[in-house]
Amino acid sequence: MDGQSMPAAQGIEGALDRTPAHSARGTYLEVVHSWIVTVDHKKLGILYIAYALVFLLVAGVEAMLIRIQLIRPHNDFVSPFTFNRLFTMHGTTMVFLVGMPILFGFGNYLVPLMIGARDMAFPRLNAFSFWIAAFGGLLLYYSFIGGVGLAGTGSAPDVAWFAYAPLTEKAFSPGHTVDYWAVALLASGIGSIGTAINILATVFCMRCKGMTLLRIPLLPWLYATTSFLVLVAVSPLTACQAMLLIDRYLGGHFFDTQAGGSAILWAHFFWIFGHPEVYVLVLPAFAFANEIIPVFSRKAIFGYPAMVAASVGIGFISLGVWAHHMFTIGLTSFGNAFFTLSTMLVSIPTGIKTFNWLATLWGGKIRFETPMLFSVAFLFQWVIAGLTGIMLSVSAWNWQLHNSYFVVAHFHYVLVGAIVFMIFAALYYWYPKMTGRMLDERLGKWHFWLMVIGFHMTFDFMHFPGLLGMPRQIYTYEPDRGWNTLNFIVSIGGFIQAIAILIFVYNLVHSYFRGEEAGPDPWDAWTLEWATSSPPPSYNFATDPQVASRRPLWDLKHPEDPDSAFE
Amino acid sequence: MRSRPKSSSPLCRFSAAVFAFCATCAHASLPTSIFAPHSTPASEENKLSYFVLAISALIFLGVSSLLVYALLRYRARPNDDTEPPQVFGSLQIELSWTIIPILIIVVLFLGTARVLFSVQDAPKPPSALDVVVIGHQFWWEFRYPQYNVVAANELHLPVSTRSAPRPAYMKLTSADVVHSFWVPQLGGKTDLLPNRVNEMWTDPQQTGMYVGQCAQFCGPQHAKMLLRVYVDTPEDFQKWISGQQRMQAELGQARASLVSQPDAGSSNPAVPPHAPATHAAPAAQSGDASDAIDARNGQLVFEQQACINCHTINGTIANGRYGPDLTHLMSRATLAAGAAENTPGNLQAWIADPSAFKPGCLMPAMHLSDRQNAQITAYLLTLK
Repeated sequence: MDGQSMPAAQGIEGALDRTPAHSARGTYLEVVHSWIVTVDHKKLGILYIAYALVFLLVAGVEAMLIRIQLIRPHNDFVSPFTFNRLFTMHGTTMVFLVGMPILFGFGNYLVPLMIGARDMAFPRLNAFSFWIAAFGGLLLYYSFIGGVGLAGTGSAPDVAWFAYAPLTEKAFSPGHTVDYWAVALLASGIGSIGTAINILATVFCMRCKGMTLLRIPLLPWLYATTSFLVLVAVSPLTACQAMLLIDRYLGGHFFDTQAGGSAILWAHFFWIFGHPEVYVLVLPAFAFANEIIPVFSRKAIFGYPAMVAASVGIGFISLGVWAHHMFTIGLTSFGNAFFTLSTMLVSIPTGIKTFNWLATLWGGKIRFETPMLFSVAFLFQWVIAGLTGIMLSVSAWNWQLHNSYFVVAHFHYVLVGAIVFMIFAALYYWYPKMTGRMLDERLGKWHFWLMVIGFHMTFDFMHFPGLLGMPRQIYTYEPDRGWNTLNFIVSIGGFIQAIAILIFVYNLVHSYFRGEEAGPDPWDAWTLEWATSSPPPSYNFATDPQVASRRPLWDLKHPEDPDSAFE
Repeated sequence: MRSRPKSSSPLCRFSAAVFAFCATCAHASLPTSIFAPHSTPASEENKLSYFVLAISALIFLGVSSLLVYALLRYRARPNDDTEPPQVFGSLQIELSWTIIPILIIVVLFLGTARVLFSVQDAPKPPSALDVVVIGHQFWWEFRYPQYNVVAANELHLPVSTRSAPRPAYMKLTSADVVHSFWVPQLGGKTDLLPNRVNEMWTDPQQTGMYVGQCAQFCGPQHAKMLLRVYVDTPEDFQKWISGQQRMQAELGQARASLVSQPDAGSSNPAVPPHAPATHAAPAAQSGDASDAIDARNGQLVFEQQACINCHTINGTIANGRYGPDLTHLMSRATLAAGAAENTPGNLQAWIADPSAFKPGCLMPAMHLSDRQNAQITAYLLTLK
């Protein structure tokens, strides 16, 4: 074949079996059974994503109820007990049942495809991780039926997502909702650790021929970093959940201040997990941007080695910044200064990444399809989120900002403005690969613009009540503080986002049946997942691919100017 | 689809943000704005915030204009299917955007460290006022060890001028869960942790009333754990202090004659002697006069109920520590940590059913008759 004359592309030609995979149709029960017993990384990836999208809707409903309650002062739409449950469950759900699973879902689906492997390193561990994490999520929500919260008032955890001790101790939370919370997080933590081990092993041991460490696409690189962070950060979370349960049932006194325990100990344990967790969530979002921005700019990523170094650097630095959540807890001035500096240092690698994305756009021919629209919005929002992050790292100012709505606005800028926007971008970008059909571009534009408008109404304006002294996690507020109009705008923005997401859900379902056929490579992209059919066959590649550069499909499409000539 | 989809929105967005920010600053008169400082720590934090905001605004302007330019300039033109030149990186450029941020961070860090150390490690002057702040679910206890005064929910501080500095040095702790003391115009917040003492100071420079609230989620009524600070002239503060002190002895003597129990005022009345014989017991004892709605009968009901297990009224057998000290209840403008104005009507309604004001608060409804509630109210109204 003529691939012989193109040494750079030689390895991929054989892998190019682009007939779409038609999974065998069976009875309804057989199909369900095949999804339950599957160890295929692609099916598990889709399961993760579907599971996370369901909980995204649930947590979204919780957010809407919160915003209805806060739309005006002294509102009594929900009781304080219900409100406390709503924000606790909203936070816990979004972090543990939406953020982590959906990112692991994409990791599961994409990492083996992008490194030219046929599956993850440990397929059965992969299935186990998913099902135990799913069990954790169901357990958490079962608490609505099975638990009793603060003041014996029934149902679902109500201690805030960081669950500061000693509020979670038996004396203050006598029911079982804290137990559901702790055990659910223990279970999903086990799943996360399993998946992290799996991704690390896959990235480092399963790469196809020719894919040296510096030829791995950035997405698997960032997933490896994230997985490393999960291994280091989820362990303290698991430990402190175990300690909390020991306190509650076996007479331990780790956090039981009435018996000499320490409230600060919990805060340290939780934030040693909690801060790296932010990077666990945001690094995959960066990973999506690293794949999508170059393809839609029609240029290679700018400064690949610096991007890898910056990502790994973020991973390491983020392990040393946790106490910036604790500037008001009574650290010494030296401690506050240390964590101010370490937190500010994170902005150097993240700055490098931002500028490299900018340089990737520079000189390109930018196409603004929906995945790129979301990515561009992500870039703007990420810059703002980073700057408010720097403001919060200024410990002396943080004494004012901490636990105010400014913080809520900041982390929603990160979690929604960066992470959720990139998840949408990724869904628009890889949905064709997963289903063989394109998402509707017109609905995508509606989704995008409503989302942008709603997002900025909500989260831009949410900064200001914080600057005006509004603390977070309050079920109502006084009318004379100047927060009324701002909260009204924030709530309206929230409802607009909800409409945008409903359009998106409709798009997901509609396009699955009616979408335009995607073909193997609808975006004219360069990484290996586009070398196989959409959806890919269970074995991914008919023969093992072989690569000579970071962009094997570029080499294939541009034999006159292959990347491999420059690496 | 390629017609400038993001072109104008960042600029609009930025100007909207600037406008909103100016609006915020213009409203600095709002009671809890962090941009209207009235003490040294708050002013230092405020100045630092402007410095950081200015640097951030410059960075944002720079980065976002580059981004907007790139999106406009390098958007794909119709009918152009060629690929642009592939550029893989540039060491010089990448070094520059590594080193410049490092320099910015050095500046930001030094600016922060100056304020951080000067505020947090400020030496305590001999003229300082000591205050102990104790957080409770869901109210505040204030103790003035130099004056032997205990107050609740409304903190009184003397004004601290340059010529006569009188900063308040607060030791903060908690009786139950974690709380956080935050009065934005007097300074940043500090957490109150059980089993630990934190410190903060403030030197309010202008008399007036400042408000704030608990800033660490502490349970169902976190939202209504409000906080007031009255900053008085030195004379008014002294008057307030001596009011709080003088009344103790006076009330003690005045009440000793009223109280039915022989051991009134003793230090160990942990169990109310007549606890079981609560409802309408006074009425049964003697005729109409003994059931009148007056302070004397109110005190009897108060002392025969569990009220005294949680509340202190100096000079009587009531010496509980679980709820706020009521010795000078009527010197406070609000009830229930700011949840309601301190009016006779609210007071009686609060006693009848506290959870109508603060669902989930720890004071139970005692299920007394309306008459008994009115009697207790009449008694509490005398606690000036």
